Amino acid sequence: MSTTLVVVLVGCLAAASCALLGVFLVLRKMAMMADAISHAILPGLVVGYFIARGPNLLSGFLGAAAAGILTVTLVELLTRSGRVKEDAAIGLVFPALFALGTFLISRFFSNVHLDADAVLFGEIAFAPFDRLIVAGYDIGVQPVWVLGTLTVVNLVFVVTLYKELKLATFDSALAATLGFSPALIHYALMTLVSLTTVGAFTAVGAILVVALLIVPPATAYLLTDRLPVMIGLSVLAGVLAAIGGYLLASTLNASISGAMATVAGVLFGLALLLSPHYGLVANMRRRHSQRRQFAAEMLIVHLFNHAGQPEQAEESTAGHLQSDLLWTEQFADMAIRQATRSGLILRSGDDLQLTATGQQQASQAVLR
Amino acid sequence: MIGLLYDLFFDYTLRNIALGSAILGLVGGVLGSFAVLRRQSLLGDALSHAALPGICLAYMLTGTRTSLVLLIGAGITGWLGTLLILMIVRETRIAEDAALGIVLSVFFGIGIMLLTFIQQSNDANQAGLDKYLFGQAATLVQDQVVTMAVLGSIALGFVFALFKEFKLLSFDPDFAGTLGFPTRRLNILLTSLTVVAVMIGLQTVGVVLMAAMLIAPAAAARQWTNRLSRMLVLAALFGMLAGVSGALISVSQARLPTGPMVILSASMIVIFSLLFAPARGIVWDTLRRRRDRGRLQAPPITPHGGQSASAERGSS
Repeated sequence: MSTTLVVVLVGCLAAASCALLGVFLVLRKMAMMADAISHAILPGLVVGYFIARGPNLLSGFLGAAAAGILTVTLVELLTRSGRVKEDAAIGLVFPALFALGTFLISRFFSNVHLDADAVLFGEIAFAPFDRLIVAGYDIGVQPVWVLGTLTVVNLVFVVTLYKELKLATFDSALAATLGFSPALIHYALMTLVSLTTVGAFTAVGAILVVALLIVPPATAYLLTDRLPVMIGLSVLAGVLAAIGGYLLASTLNASISGAMATVAGVLFGLALLLSPHYGLVANMRRRHSQRRQFAAEMLIVHLFNHAGQPEQAEESTAGHLQSDLLWTEQFADMAIRQATRSGLILRSGDDLQLTATGQQQASQAVLR
Repeated sequence: MIGLLYDLFFDYTLRNIALGSAILGLVGGVLGSFAVLRRQSLLGDALSHAALPGICLAYMLTGTRTSLVLLIGAGITGWLGTLLILMIVRETRIAEDAALGIVLSVFFGIGIMLLTFIQQSNDANQAGLDKYLFGQAATLVQDQVVTMAVLGSIALGFVFALFKEFKLLSFDPDFAGTLGFPTRRLNILLTSLTVVAVMIGLQTVGVVLMAAMLIAPAAAARQWTNRLSRMLVLAALFGMLAGVSGALISVSQARLPTGPMVILSASMIVIFSLLFAPARGIVWDTLRRRRDRGRLQAPPITPHGGQSASAERGSS
């Protein structure tokens, strides 16, 4: 395998494993907990390496997973003590642990292959040279094995516990009354997030892990209302970000993980603007059309109220709307155009006349 | 000890470091108090990460390393990030935590990409931009301290002048609105002042850990008092203590970045406050509960003794 392919593969596997779990983090409003975990596992990783006297995969994993669970537990303890609110608790725990980790690195590990910059933005470009040696045999690229395993584990977790996850995410009270344990699901999810974060950490760095956990699922959340579709779309968005990021980084000769986060952000921005139901453009068009419909309704109600009255002739002119209803010329024009187009009124010269449909709708609107 | 004090006042480098980190602690503590009370602690985290691309862009556009120019760039993207978070929360169904995470990680990713791009482009002048990641107090020079002092005085001046308004906004924004205060504009002003506090901290603490400089002193101060004015003073003192002690420890050793040291020092103050603050300390609370439990167990008063015990605990 060429090095380019390996780097892209590592990026895609990291994106897929993160997106599978990230969907549930975004839906359960725990995105910042993911940010906290991704920073706070650093001291666990350092202690794990310290015990194993070097960058050892297994002890690093155990230490980091322990630190992840410690973070979740500490945040919950602090919040439950009632002394600080949850957001402040998160903001107290992870910087302290991350600071401890960087302190330990610069104090004891400054020569080992672990430094503060790598922790932040990873060394994915070196991934192909990180070999997994089992019993003396070189069986391939370590990050591919690690992240591949994590992707499979996360996929199995999401598929087998799909019903439980869905229930605990959307209605944890119902899940509890039905005899499922939302707390167990919560801790299982957090453990997997910690493990995935560690696995992706050395390859792509802490910040990109956060980007891959949160941004593609949020992108998918803007595009669909169905959970299975959301999971599929977020994996797709993550993989696209990984591939696009690699291309961008090789064009600029810049950090690959930074570029991957950038492309993930661009995809999110596109969904934010253009999503058919939840995008900004769709929102704006909906608001405009509601405004037009409301104006047309006001107009026909006004005409309806004066229909058959002595002042009808005077009240039913386009010019009168401006003085009587205090409408601006544009607003009156808009209302007349909308009402004419919907077949509610007929315009002859300056005179406005309700059609049969218009009369019917106006009487309904008045009753409402 | 006397020697250290003497150096703090008369040694050029040490004086800059001590002054810079004291200003940072002072402003961070005061504005962080409002952020913590308004449950916006993590907004500080997002906007400090969002400052990184601003530093890089300011450098790429102007080619200078003048700290004021870079800080203004940082302030602009930090502020844009904040507006983007507020917009995402207002316009879509994405919750606040995800909006924070998106802006934080994407802006930081862009920043890292630009930073590495600048470093690759073989420019001798660029060395030193990466110190904004974890902070490097040792490189502070007098001009930068003056910049920090000016920015800090502006921020604190606003807080002093609008104390009543900010207080009302923090505790009861709806009431502030009914009284006719422009809550939307006050909200944006207070958040913008937080951006200024972050700008002050970038050089000393760095973008990664700056959020903690807003949260930790305020959360510690909250344990000691129920009055906002006292909380602000205490948070400022705690912030200065953490800033100066952390910065001094970091420059006393080679290769020790300033940010983590300042945050570790602030975390110590938080732990101490959580455990031992007079009224709210966890230690006193535990002792009180144990004493009460013993007192309640002695004579069995009612069959529902357990309930009255929990009621008493709730009121304490």
